[in-house]
Amino acid sequence: MTATSTVPPRRPSPIGRIRAFFGGHQSLAIIAGAAVVLLVLPQIALLPPFSGFGTQKDWVGGFSNAGVFVLLAVGLNVVVGLAGLLDLGYAAFFAIGAYTYAYGASPFLNLHIPFWIMLIVGAAVAAAFGILLGAPTLRLRGDYLAIVTLGFGEIVPVVILNANNYTNGTNGITGLAQPSAYGLFGVDGFGFSNPWPYFVTVVGIVMVTMILLYRLQDSRLGRAWVAIREDELAAASMGINTVTTKLLAFSIGATTSGLAGVFYASKLGVVTPDQFGFTVSFTALAMVVLGGMGNTLGVAAGAFVIYEIQSTGLKQLGQVVQSLHLPVVALGPIKVDIGSINFINYQYLLYGLALVGMMLLRPEGLFPSRRRRQELHEDTDEVAEFKSAETLEAIDR
Amino acid sequence: MTAEATALSGPRFPVARLRGPLILLLVILASYAVIAFGAGEQAPAQFINAVTIGALYALIALGYTMVYGIIELINFAHGEIFMCGSFVSWSVITTMGITGAITDIPRLVIVLVVVFLISMLVMGVVGVIIERFAYRRLRNAPRLAPLITAIGVSFILQNIISVGISNSVVTIPQLIPNTKLDFGVFSISVINVFVIALALALMVALHLFITQTRLGTAMRSTAMDREAAQLMGVNINTTIAITFFIGSALAGAAGVVQGLYIGVTVFNIGFNYGLKAFTAAVLGGIGNTTGAVLGGFVIGFLEVISQVYGYANWSEAVVFGALVAVLIFRPTGILGQQLADRA
Repeated sequence: MTATSTVPPRRPSPIGRIRAFFGGHQSLAIIAGAAVVLLVLPQIALLPPFSGFGTQKDWVGGFSNAGVFVLLAVGLNVVVGLAGLLDLGYAAFFAIGAYTYAYGASPFLNLHIPFWIMLIVGAAVAAAFGILLGAPTLRLRGDYLAIVTLGFGEIVPVVILNANNYTNGTNGITGLAQPSAYGLFGVDGFGFSNPWPYFVTVVGIVMVTMILLYRLQDSRLGRAWVAIREDELAAASMGINTVTTKLLAFSIGATTSGLAGVFYASKLGVVTPDQFGFTVSFTALAMVVLGGMGNTLGVAAGAFVIYEIQSTGLKQLGQVVQSLHLPVVALGPIKVDIGSINFINYQYLLYGLALVGMMLLRPEGLFPSRRRRQELHEDTDEVAEFKSAETLEAIDR
Repeated sequence: MTAEATALSGPRFPVARLRGPLILLLVILASYAVIAFGAGEQAPAQFINAVTIGALYALIALGYTMVYGIIELINFAHGEIFMCGSFVSWSVITTMGITGAITDIPRLVIVLVVVFLISMLVMGVVGVIIERFAYRRLRNAPRLAPLITAIGVSFILQNIISVGISNSVVTIPQLIPNTKLDFGVFSISVINVFVIALALALMVALHLFITQTRLGTAMRSTAMDREAAQLMGVNINTTIAITFFIGSALAGAAGVVQGLYIGVTVFNIGFNYGLKAFTAAVLGGIGNTTGAVLGGFVIGFLEVISQVYGYANWSEAVVFGALVAVLIFRPTGILGQQLADRA
């Protein structure tokens, strides 16, 4: 789990040895993982059945978008998974990052600042908004943060929509500049018809972010987050400044969201207010919960899988079901025609069911972090006590 | 969780008991002045409109504040319960084959009673089911878990309506004829009178229920200290279920009012109303039912004031600004005799 885990004296197998090595060198492990992703993912797209769903180029373009959501999810994981705060307005920071890029690199303000600088500027602006929003609310109990962020996530698109003179309203800002790699590393040629450089870029951004997040997680700050999540009062008694620590988690989450926003805006070339609705925040939350709160790698994997399912899987499922020509089932007056179901409509219903189901049955997520699992099952003892009390009551009667 | 936590009662001392109504009176006078300044001739009509909308928010806010008072959970699904209530009223009205205003008074009364009863009953039961399956098991879990299920439930309800019934705006027939009662100085629509009177009646009934009945006492004691209440023989599960039933039934009534007054509904309406009603609950002091009513009217005034001054599109931003301002300067709310847990 942690970087300090001791290497066992006898190494049972080469795999164990590799695992021990990467356990001690997480950054190298992430770099290696990114390299594998970069080389292997596009090849998988060439294999059936995936090759039937689209060309390799389509897939690589899709992977870049998935990368955006991976970035969103690992950032939200810091807030929700590590610090235990519920942020429901995550898309607002995504929007702030995207609009920052739109201001800095489009004909709208006639500024043409390079993408790489804007990446940092966008993240910084999002972080500033995160601090502005978090400072008053994080003094209060966690629930208030949930509702304030929910409100903030709702307000930001409304403000963008209504502040016509500054944001171009519904039409959004168009003509955003493509990034340029200045011919370095041979990855130049960003363009709508060429998704490869975007893919490489997003893998790079995710890689760097994940290295930083892993380093943070094992730092003094990361341990403070976990301490606050598990018992805020105890953490405060141990001398942790809970407000500052929570604020740092919140703004680091916002920073990551801002990064994702800048990249997303540069890839689409246009920003409009309706891209940043509550569904984005909700999707990111579902990714974090399903992936396993607190486990950065699990969350990243969960985000990727969910994104691919929602963008490709549901559509394909619909086509497969349609091609089966199932008969129309009549349940009394209600006729169920499974063949005509548009599965994409059910996407958020599924997320909702998944969130409730996961919280009730497996709160640690599909890829749990060991520590989080222990914590979430802490109340099992209490449940046992409660049960025995009920039994006593029954005997009394 | 401790004694300083929420109490569902009104203020304890006789002097303090007048504080709520006094502040409400002040708010009403101040708002009327502001509206009159901005709207001129239109002022009385706008004022009545604000009170009506405020009553609607207050009805929803009561559910938030009751649930928060008793289990300290922000029930994100509450706004969706309101939305579902408006859809239930729509389906009842259309099932009865009514397409427009009913001028026959006895028939109108019967139809209204049926619509309100069905909608409140259905939503109350839905609220109890949600509590039973989504929240009860998580009562002792880390705080994050029930919040996440709440947001999940909210999405489930929203999408059941959007996929199962309609994903666009639904028009609800206006049952109450659009006649005006003329009082010489000003005139007022029957619908406004009806909505305001109904909301006030429900609030008074709720107040009497909480303060005068055994179940109400059980609710207050559970809100104060769950373990102690249990030791005194209060059935916690039943009490919490009843709280959810009442809160959700009030939201169901608010849903019917939405249909009667505004005339349209849509699957994602609950989000916005929920946020405003929650702000109302916080504004008044969360856990405090008098405060929720007060907060509801304040939000209604804020919204109409922003409309009167030509910022209708910004009303959400204004309300959100109010929420943040309250949280910064007075997190316990206007009436808040209860201390917000700062831990």
